Amino acid sequence: MEDYILEMREITKVFPGVKALDNVNLKVKRGEVHCLCGENGAGKSTLMKVLSGVYGYGTYSGDILYNGEVQKFKGIADSEQKGIAIIYQELALIPELSVYENIYFGHEIMKGKTIDWNETIVQASEMLKKVKLDVDPSTKIKNLGVGKQQLVEIAKALSKNVKLLILDEPTSSLNEDDSENLLKLIKELRDQGVTCIMISHKLKEVIAIADSITVLRDGSTICTMDCHEQEVKESDIIKNMVGREIDNIYPTREKKAPGKVVFDIKDWTVEDPVKGREILHNVCMNIREGEIVGLQGLMGAGRTELALSIFGNTPKYKIKSGELTFDGKKSRFKTPKQAIKSGLAYVSEDRKGNGLVLIQDIKYNTTLANLERITNGLFVNNNEEIKQAKYYKDSINIKAPSVEQKVGNLSGGNQQKVQLAKWMFARPKVLILDEPTRGIDVGAKYEIYTLMNKLVEEGMSIIMISSELPEVLGMSDRLYVMSEGTITGELSREEATEQKVMALAIKSKED
Amino acid sequence: MTEINETVQKKESLGKEIGHLLKSNLRDYMMYIVLILIIIYFSVNTDGKFITANNISNLFNQAAYVAVLAIGMTLILILKHIDLSVGYVAGFSGALCAIMLSKGISVYIVIPAVILFGLVIGIYQGTLVTRVGVPAFVTTLAGMFIFRGLLGVVLKTGTIVVDNDTFNELNNGYIPDLPIQSPLHLITMLTGVVMVALIIISQIKERNNKKKYGFKVLSTPIFVVSLLIIAAAIMTIIYVLAQTKGIPWSAVIVAVILVIYNMMLNKTKLGRAIYGIGGNDQAAELSGINVKNVTMFAFCSMSVLAAIAGILYTSRLRSATPTAGNAFEMDAIASSYIGGVAVSGGVGKVTNTIIGTLVIMSLTNGMNLMGVDAYMQYIVKGAIFIFAVAFDVISRKKAK
Repeated sequence: MEDYILEMREITKVFPGVKALDNVNLKVKRGEVHCLCGENGAGKSTLMKVLSGVYGYGTYSGDILYNGEVQKFKGIADSEQKGIAIIYQELALIPELSVYENIYFGHEIMKGKTIDWNETIVQASEMLKKVKLDVDPSTKIKNLGVGKQQLVEIAKALSKNVKLLILDEPTSSLNEDDSENLLKLIKELRDQGVTCIMISHKLKEVIAIADSITVLRDGSTICTMDCHEQEVKESDIIKNMVGREIDNIYPTREKKAPGKVVFDIKDWTVEDPVKGREILHNVCMNIREGEIVGLQGLMGAGRTELALSIFGNTPKYKIKSGELTFDGKKSRFKTPKQAIKSGLAYVSEDRKGNGLVLIQDIKYNTTLANLERITNGLFVNNNEEIKQAKYYKDSINIKAPSVEQKVGNLSGGNQQKVQLAKWMFARPKVLILDEPTRGIDVGAKYEIYTLMNKLVEEGMSIIMISSELPEVLGMSDRLYVMSEGTITGELSREEATEQKVMALAIKSKED
Repeated sequence: MTEINETVQKKESLGKEIGHLLKSNLRDYMMYIVLILIIIYFSVNTDGKFITANNISNLFNQAAYVAVLAIGMTLILILKHIDLSVGYVAGFSGALCAIMLSKGISVYIVIPAVILFGLVIGIYQGTLVTRVGVPAFVTTLAGMFIFRGLLGVVLKTGTIVVDNDTFNELNNGYIPDLPIQSPLHLITMLTGVVMVALIIISQIKERNNKKKYGFKVLSTPIFVVSLLIIAAAIMTIIYVLAQTKGIPWSAVIVAVILVIYNMMLNKTKLGRAIYGIGGNDQAAELSGINVKNVTMFAFCSMSVLAAIAGILYTSRLRSATPTAGNAFEMDAIASSYIGGVAVSGGVGKVTNTIIGTLVIMSLTNGMNLMGVDAYMQYIVKGAIFIFAVAFDVISRKKAK
């Protein structure tokens, strides 16, 4: 008889109109690392929220057995008390407080009626040792990198005497080194008896670390694989995640001779005026008509900074030197407004944060960047707006009952399509797509790739920034690789392989 | 907005359509219902004094300066800012009017000069908020102190009486009538008829335009009924006013400002920009909107409107007093929120804000008629204000 620390039986959770979880079963053995895989919207996060009590007892059906007992968690406090801790993708630390204040935030060490700060610092140092983080406990969180913040989160969980640790995409914003450290730490914690459930999209990591893997699809459990009994390959996981074998993820497009250069930058050097340090050094790149150019690099290589500094986001980026030629004219954009007028568009990586106005509807968002097109004299023509928005909604297949639907109520993939509709409506010559498929599922990805192909066939040029290497390799005609704020290499589609790109992406200035 | 609903392609029954309208506009209808309840309550409790022609006309005159402030405040609140200085900017502007008029300067110079002065204050506060980066709350709280102080300084000698008839006419006078003996104010009746005709014509035009585009429109019976309700509401008010001295000039001024701001918010790029910034300022910036300039505009418009409110208030009292401006900002902010501006920004209509103003000012007027103590009035208004906002927050949460 196996010793299971957690059994979730036939969990069903219904949201208005959607069955998010449908009779899901999950069994986690004591002292293992159990990975949870699935496409976006497969129900992984919902399942973890049921487990941690965010969706309390009574809002779902089915049973949670923890250490063999049925649990009725009403909130996070209940599950924490039993030793279950969850670390979310977006870290929940308070930037202005110190490391030790954060670790014991919410369960302060008391001496009578007041907090015992000395004891807190001693204990916090102890926890930091456990996670192998060598920082002064009185450092403010905002002065730590994301990787170290992640470790502080784990220290916080350990300080609550955690028995079952849930990590939601822990490495999604970490670089290679930090990821490796974190995975090593998870293994060590496992050996000390902490059971881990890890949600991850990075299948390589999953293979490297998991003792068991459970795959969810469309709110149901597809399978659980024991990595010690069988050898699990990435393709096995993918097959279960999507329910079919994917051979052709990237739609093909007809190869055309490249057109004239529409966009060219030379010696582009940019400073961050707040921190006063150079973030981009002598970047040179160009793009031709009807071309998709990939811009690859690791997190923090300066890709988004490059895009935004070109796009005229001047308060945040000070351009120290450089020459920009757009459509044959030397120019430099002081504001996004100028850039858009000249025919440059930037689709943000952060669609909720700075891409869309979520409380407004589809038609409002579609027309926002180019209201001139539907304005007669002083006034915006509301009817024309609906007509245009409908046209784009239908032509790129945005799934919503009407163009009056609030964008905040759409799924990630459909929100991304609204962003694309918005910039297609602006009719740019050059379109910068920053992580266009982040956080959307395989089906919607395919539609977005097809759309990109259609746009370049019509003569638009696309710069595609993406952290997903296969995507960049699959879609680009040519690609630039960035590292530490500078371009470390340019590869044609034929030359580019994963190894070559990675080698360039980790190349540092000193080499 | 609700007329175009593609989800319901098939012809729906009348009952369903009404149900749909009620559901999607519940928040707006609630406000009208509250206003009507308040009117009924006060009419009963003042033996009908509240609903007399004289009092309604009086209510319009009382509400004018708050309405003007609330229209400007709506923009500021949609942008997620606040302006606490409006009360004393209005008070100080009024004092400037009184001083200049007492020096014998022509009223036709005084009014533009004071409006220009409002613009200067707007530029000053707008610059602090948009260029220097001081939060609006702090900037305008400081402004509130400064202008309150300035008001006291220039009115050291106490109240200044204004004896300029043209000026005093602004918020006490009525539009002229034909020199014909009649129990009713004829020009007022005529204005009402013209207004109703214009509204009907423009609504029909809009409906036809939508049809031309192939969009769904309200079914004919509902369209006709809604036009009849609007026409009846307007003609009732007009008829009441025509029984006394006619439409007050103050109502004309508020109506003109309201129409301009409504058009601006709903029909122009500037209006779009304001809603966009309120909803997500970063997305707006990256969509090519100059967030700083739009915010600057809102602060300038606010202070100009505050100056106009000051002119109206001084005209109404026929004098400038050191207490003018006290708690005006409260009435203006309450009007906007009661009128459905979202506390989280990005949502709001000036037309609804005016209804909010009528709610607040009916309360003031009605409680005065009933002889309710001034401090008690604060409590009632505060309670209604917080109820309205809480209701709004809850209904928005549910909508999610």
